[in-house]
Amino acid sequence: MNEFLHQLASGLALGGVYAIMALALVMIYQATQLVNFAQGEMAMFSTYFAWKLMDSGWPYWRAFAATALISFVGGIVIERLVVRPFAKAPVLASVIVFIGLALIFNALAGWLYGYSVTSFDTPFSGRPWLGNVYMSAHESGAVAVSLCVLALVYAFFRFTPLGLAMRAAAQNPVSSRLVGIRVGWMLAMGWGLAAAIGSIAGMMAAPIVYLDPNMMAGILIYAFAGAVLGGIDNPFGAAFGGFAVGVLENLVGAYVVGAEVKLSVALAIIVAVLVWRPSGLFGRRLVARV
Amino acid sequence: MLEVRGLKAYYGSAQALFGLDFAVEKGGVTALLGANGAGKTTTLRALSGLIRREGDIRLQGRPIGALSAEDIARLGVAHVPDGRGTFTDLTVEENLRLGAYVRSDRSGVRRDFDRVVGYFPRLAERRPQQAGTLSGGEQQMLAISRALLMRPNLLMLDEPSFGLAPLVVAEIFRILGAINRDEGVSMLIVEQNASLALDLADSALLIETGRVALSGRSNAIRSDDAVRRAYLGY
Repeated sequence: MNEFLHQLASGLALGGVYAIMALALVMIYQATQLVNFAQGEMAMFSTYFAWKLMDSGWPYWRAFAATALISFVGGIVIERLVVRPFAKAPVLASVIVFIGLALIFNALAGWLYGYSVTSFDTPFSGRPWLGNVYMSAHESGAVAVSLCVLALVYAFFRFTPLGLAMRAAAQNPVSSRLVGIRVGWMLAMGWGLAAAIGSIAGMMAAPIVYLDPNMMAGILIYAFAGAVLGGIDNPFGAAFGGFAVGVLENLVGAYVVGAEVKLSVALAIIVAVLVWRPSGLFGRRLVARV
Repeated sequence: MLEVRGLKAYYGSAQALFGLDFAVEKGGVTALLGANGAGKTTTLRALSGLIRREGDIRLQGRPIGALSAEDIARLGVAHVPDGRGTFTDLTVEENLRLGAYVRSDRSGVRRDFDRVVGYFPRLAERRPQQAGTLSGGEQQMLAISRALLMRPNLLMLDEPSFGLAPLVVAEIFRILGAINRDEGVSMLIVEQNASLALDLADSALLIETGRVALSGRSNAIRSDDAVRRAYLGY
């Protein structure tokens, strides 16, 4: 029983990472109906940036904040320079652009920092009150950070005028322009936010999965599985899906198939959801009138 | 308020307007009449910068022909589009708040909220409701209210009567008249229902295949034989 609870708890820790990654995916999906396949590599690159800052002596939380901020700006720049020229291009062109971005970030990280696996600091290790029988201090800290991010993002979209304008721009761009909202900038802001959230996911994941240029590949697939499970047009569903996939992954990995093949669990979830409930648990079924 | 000379507009490479000349007087109401496909909706879209256009467009003397839709809206041109442009997933309250998105005068916005809700009391009851669940008439009222919260100089309405019951249409036009009288908002109104539009408007123009076929005071247009036969039906 203890072992089971332990597996459950550490599933929650990575689940939190999947949840906020899923949220980043949903944010861009809602505005563009596209999945940003480069989200994971962008997050990995941000995490390296944080590592570099800490390596040069910055305290953890300062590096954390600077990384989130730089990632926000970086996300905006990527949208303006790389994504925006393809705004009216066919879906396939955008998909290729995203894959290209992912490869570029992966190669760039390898070139700049090497492919060796590196450990990454956690701010929570020195705090025994966070650790308990079921979770390490970092795991509980990561869950707390994930929940904070979810709450902050919710509050931003629900209560601020800018958040409202971003929601409006995503669902009705023409009407948004007619009330003076700069829709193009709202999209860029969405990319910035998604990149910042991704960077936090990366920094929370790195102490668990270790830092290397491929660290986010599996995480992105789990996050995508979570988003599909919860409903890719519903931020809360996607976040819930992320936690659920984290727990499932761990339990199935521990008791059913073994750790080596547990990544296929994510793919099995994606396939199963797409077959039985394409809009996800909390998603809306879109009916197009022809 | 608005002066338009030689307005041309395009959908892709297809030209839809072939040089329109007209004006909307300050505090006046101009009706834009014409058959389906004549270019009425296109004219409004061209004026608010949603499609590619050429020509001299001046708002209060200021050229706006090269500005983006966002900037034209920020200058006080409120366009209530065909289909009402409701943010269906947002609440009525949020739809209204979006109308005031670019304004920073909080107390003025609060006053305008009350004023607008005064025109359309039904919206007050429905503030927390999802806007997509409103009836067609209520959505039209919401669209007009959203536009009014922009504190517009020029209000452009695209077929406010479309798909609505006659009683609701009468109510909406009565309120539009009141808004024009009380607040001096200039209006450019596209309508299929020519008789209704001419009642509200002081001047009108008739568009046929992207060109102005006839323009003048409402009374003159109303008594024009061709207009009467084709658009008023008597």
